[in-house]
Amino acid sequence: MERSLGKEIIATLIVSALLIWLLPMVIATYTLTVLVIYGMLGLSLGLIWGFGGILCFGQAAFFGLGAYTYAIAAINLGESTVPMLLAVLVPLIFAAVLGALMFYGRLTDVYLGVITLVVTLILFKFVNSTAGPQYVIGNARLGGYNGIPGFQTLNVPGNPDAYIWGDPYFYFCAVALVIVFLLVTWLLRSSFGRVAIGIRENETRMALMGYDVAARKTVLFATGAAIAGLAGALFANWGEIVTPGLFSLGQSAEIIIWCIVGGLGTRLGPVLGAAGLAYLKFVLGQQSLIDNTLITGLILVLFVLFLPKGLVPAVSALWKASFGRARRRPLARQRRKARHG
Amino acid sequence: MDLSFVIAVEVLYAVASLVLISAGLAVVFGMMKVINLAHGEFMMLGGYTTITAVGLGVNVFVAMLVIAPLVVGLVGLIVERLVIRHLYGRLVDTMLATWGLSLVFIGLATMIFGNTTTGISTPIPGFAVGDYQISGYNFFIIVVAAVLVIAMLAVLRGTRAGLIARGTMQRADIAAALGYSPDRIYMATFFCGSALSGLAGAVLAPLVGLVPTSGGAYIAKAFITVIAGGPSLIAGLLSSATSFGVVNQVFTFAISPVIGEVALLVAAVVLLRLMPQGITGRFFKGKL
Repeated sequence: MERSLGKEIIATLIVSALLIWLLPMVIATYTLTVLVIYGMLGLSLGLIWGFGGILCFGQAAFFGLGAYTYAIAAINLGESTVPMLLAVLVPLIFAAVLGALMFYGRLTDVYLGVITLVVTLILFKFVNSTAGPQYVIGNARLGGYNGIPGFQTLNVPGNPDAYIWGDPYFYFCAVALVIVFLLVTWLLRSSFGRVAIGIRENETRMALMGYDVAARKTVLFATGAAIAGLAGALFANWGEIVTPGLFSLGQSAEIIIWCIVGGLGTRLGPVLGAAGLAYLKFVLGQQSLIDNTLITGLILVLFVLFLPKGLVPAVSALWKASFGRARRRPLARQRRKARHG
Repeated sequence: MDLSFVIAVEVLYAVASLVLISAGLAVVFGMMKVINLAHGEFMMLGGYTTITAVGLGVNVFVAMLVIAPLVVGLVGLIVERLVIRHLYGRLVDTMLATWGLSLVFIGLATMIFGNTTTGISTPIPGFAVGDYQISGYNFFIIVVAAVLVIAMLAVLRGTRAGLIARGTMQRADIAAALGYSPDRIYMATFFCGSALSGLAGAVLAPLVGLVPTSGGAYIAKAFITVIAGGPSLIAGLLSSATSFGVVNQVFTFAISPVIGEVALLVAAVVLLRLMPQGITGRFFKGKL
């Protein structure tokens, strides 16, 4: 087990290093940065939905919360290190409280979806209505539907004048994604991750085996929210403005579509789904013949109907079916030998 | 005195519009256990149908009460045949597929009608109560909602078709053994649900300007009303619409419309946390 984890880490590092080196030659780093950030956001939902079986309709809530936390803290502090940490912590705590509320109340599937959706809506409605001058946190005006522009963007820790932007910011985000990806890998390989998958498969069984299902779901939910919060903070830095649109239903819907298209129950699927679909949207945005939303919707419907497992599992199954045969045959022969002596 | 009358009408109106918004979803979800996230877009289509029909010279009330439900019902029928029928019993998949459908509808509406706000004026004039002005259209909505609930009750309880539909939803295999086709009954129920959504969208259209994305404003409210209502179709719809309508209006009057909306949503979260089976899961058990 230990050895294969080591191997996987090395493989991930090599592949991602290659990608980080090669991709900027094909796509502009400004676009790539946001694809990487969306990949991280996709990963956050892929973790809690694909491995914990928690369908959260409001992952955008944590994304937006992270972005707003960063923006507000950055205006007040004028330095980016503490705001970055806060942008992870605030969604983490928020999700822990919300998760505890839901999971100790034994809410499942539809009800879970409704509550997370409603919480996202509440945040959206609230933030959208804070245009007046009375809505102030420290020096930061919440700005309602106009959002918050003009906050301190990412800088080298301890040196507020040394901004990280342009190409270096892309490398920063890409490395952050790789680190988060490896942490998720490690988490899923740990006993916590195995129990989480067990809960996804059969909650009652895991409860009867003596695991505190509610506590574990809460922790997993909060972890996903923390990753989404980090993605939000990175997004705020990329866009240099935060708007209530971050909390919108459309944003939530998109994250779910990324996961479905990429493939649930894989780590790579949601990342690739997010980056791929975001890039598709970017390309489609350059034409005005067919509406963007229409295509996104069609993709979702077609995937649910014809490829409900998503791209990555489908491709890997195809790969195994066409190239895995050579390895399976000797095994079958061995088995036959064992049986007939 | 005048003020309390105005408040009473506003509260009744809030309850009635929640009933209208949720009725179609209640039929589809409460009976068929299909979560139709495209419900808001069905309403949006109903609104656009009305506006288009009125533009073509049709009487407003005919357009709202006849044409819009029929057109949206037919759209629902096509959707059921193409998508939903492959997904019965797979709750999460239906949710996602209908979400995709809602995006498709938004996209189509944007391509056809453009991204600008369109609307029609309310066909009933307002009148004064003491110092206050009341919109006469609010009364129309209250009446439509009341008639709708009574009609649903009558059909489900009093007619043979309602009995067959209810029976099929409870035990499809037994209904099939008795010689009814569950496939067809599901289809008809989905048609009725969509038609109700179309009606709601059409009736509410004169109050709000329509944009292709205006379905999103309804879906969350409809969703929480139906879910908080719980398993009983009509008792659940009425009880949750009343609770949320009252909460919404009280906070709207006391503070502001936005806080009213937020209070409604917070009430929904609290209610679902306390009664995960919905109101009728705990009270009014066994009622229709």
